[in-house]
Amino acid sequence: MSTTPDGRPPALVLDGVSVVRGGRTVWSQGTLTVPTGAVVGVIGPNGAGKTTLFQVALGLLPAASGRVAVLGGAPRRGNRRIGYVPQNYTAAVNEAIRCRDLVTLGLTGGRFGLRPTSAAERARVDEALRRVGAAAFADRRMSELSGGQQQRVAIAQAIVDDADLLLLDEPLANLDLRNQQEVVGLLGDLHRERNVTIMVVAHDLNPLLPVLTDAVYLLDGHPHHARISDVVQEELLTHLYGTPVGVVRTAQGDLFTRATWRDPQLGQAGPTR
Amino acid sequence: MTGPFADVRFQSNWLDILTSPFMQHALIGGSLVAVAAGLLGYFVITRQNAFAAHALAHIGFPGATGAILVGVPVTVGLAVFCVGGGLLIGLFGRRLADREMATGTILALATALGVLFASLASANARTTTSVLFGNLLAISRGQLVVFGAFTAAVVLALAVIARPLMFASIDPEVAAARGVPVRALGIAFVVLLALTITMAVQVVGTLLLFALVVTPAATALRLTARPALVAAIAVGLALGSVWGGLVLASMIDLPPSFFIVSLAVLAWLIVLGLSGGRRGSGAPAPPLLDTHHHHPHPA
Repeated sequence: MSTTPDGRPPALVLDGVSVVRGGRTVWSQGTLTVPTGAVVGVIGPNGAGKTTLFQVALGLLPAASGRVAVLGGAPRRGNRRIGYVPQNYTAAVNEAIRCRDLVTLGLTGGRFGLRPTSAAERARVDEALRRVGAAAFADRRMSELSGGQQQRVAIAQAIVDDADLLLLDEPLANLDLRNQQEVVGLLGDLHRERNVTIMVVAHDLNPLLPVLTDAVYLLDGHPHHARISDVVQEELLTHLYGTPVGVVRTAQGDLFTRATWRDPQLGQAGPTR
Repeated sequence: MTGPFADVRFQSNWLDILTSPFMQHALIGGSLVAVAAGLLGYFVITRQNAFAAHALAHIGFPGATGAILVGVPVTVGLAVFCVGGGLLIGLFGRRLADREMATGTILALATALGVLFASLASANARTTTSVLFGNLLAISRGQLVVFGAFTAAVVLALAVIARPLMFASIDPEVAAARGVPVRALGIAFVVLLALTITMAVQVVGTLLLFALVVTPAATALRLTARPALVAAIAVGLALGSVWGGLVLASMIDLPPSFFIVSLAVLAWLIVLGLSGGRRGSGAPAPPLLDTHHHHPHPA
């Protein structure tokens, strides 16, 4: 198994992995290495198995074949080195819990018995809330927050135990532009400050492109890894999504993708650059 | 005096009634149920299976009448049916509990079976009524022993599993990823709930049980979201409803169930009014008790 230059094992290694759910092969022949310290966009059309990839890494779904290594070890439930924010974050709508208590669960939620939360643990919760910019509403209920605020609290819960790998499933869904940018900025900061590896499932690559270094893309039923610059290519993205996708590079060097559908009454269909 | 309210009058000897042996049994039994119900109510709400709790109570109805049919204590029949029904719901997981159609159908079937068993057992209307609406004043010493054991089991089990159960209830996906045994905790929870319902049916009956198991916790959650405080307030409200209900039933000869449920609902309505129905509309008002800054911990 290869290691990254700083000697740490890769964040995720798949070696001939296939995944089966309910008798159906979700994806197969997955052979890839996600280097430590990368910020990885996990992309692919609906139903391609992006969330499934996370479930394999979390040990929630065993690989049907092949070998998986997460942070140098076999996937297992309860790996405290992984922070996870699921899609459609269910706790977000719960009016029975305050932000602070939700983040605390990320630290002590697996503990049986009555031992109260220690001062040191409360300090770590405070620090995580502060880090994501959620200190101001830490004592409010999740149901009282906006979508962007809820997403921050969810990320605070994922980082409170000092995870080395963050798995975020659609963290930008249902957020307006400003909140999208703020969450993306937060991910960039976390990556820089903690050298944490971040994997993000996203339908819309554009808001994430400023921070992404790599991508895992699920093409024709197989996961692949590549540097982000090799993925943001018209031919690949068009094949990946099965619909024309254009790639635009501005004079400032900013890169973004665009769907190229045109209203037939207004203009011509097809990529325009 | 004639008419429907002929018997409704203040009983001047109410203090003697309140201190009589059967009322002492009722006070102890009701208190034990209130503690268990208040503690579990928070989890019933966070797991969003209030309807399943309601259904379990109805599943207890054929248990009680079936027990009369085969000649075993009502508590045994209730416990077997509630725990069995709870295990079924637990095995099928939250999916079944959330499926209102399935739960509602099972609920109707359970009630039908209850009527069948009552008919086969030639149980009189009074027996059926006591299952449906509770019969706190007929609690025996033997029942009190069972209640004590059940409540002790609920309190001790919660002391061990409260925190992971809270994680699994509020945030099941992340909890599972963090190694919390979400499924096993779900099954443990419905068993505890079934034990509590077995007791509560005998206090307020299957039809009124919701007011003792869910309403106090719902009221507490409108005041605060701190888990320990919610549990304390819910237990306090449930105890207050049971005690107040029994005092009122001593003063006025009407079913204690009526007073207990009315007090629990009254507290809920008062808090609802004070908090301005904030859940339903627009901008949320701050919770009444959560304004000071302090760092408590879950569970």
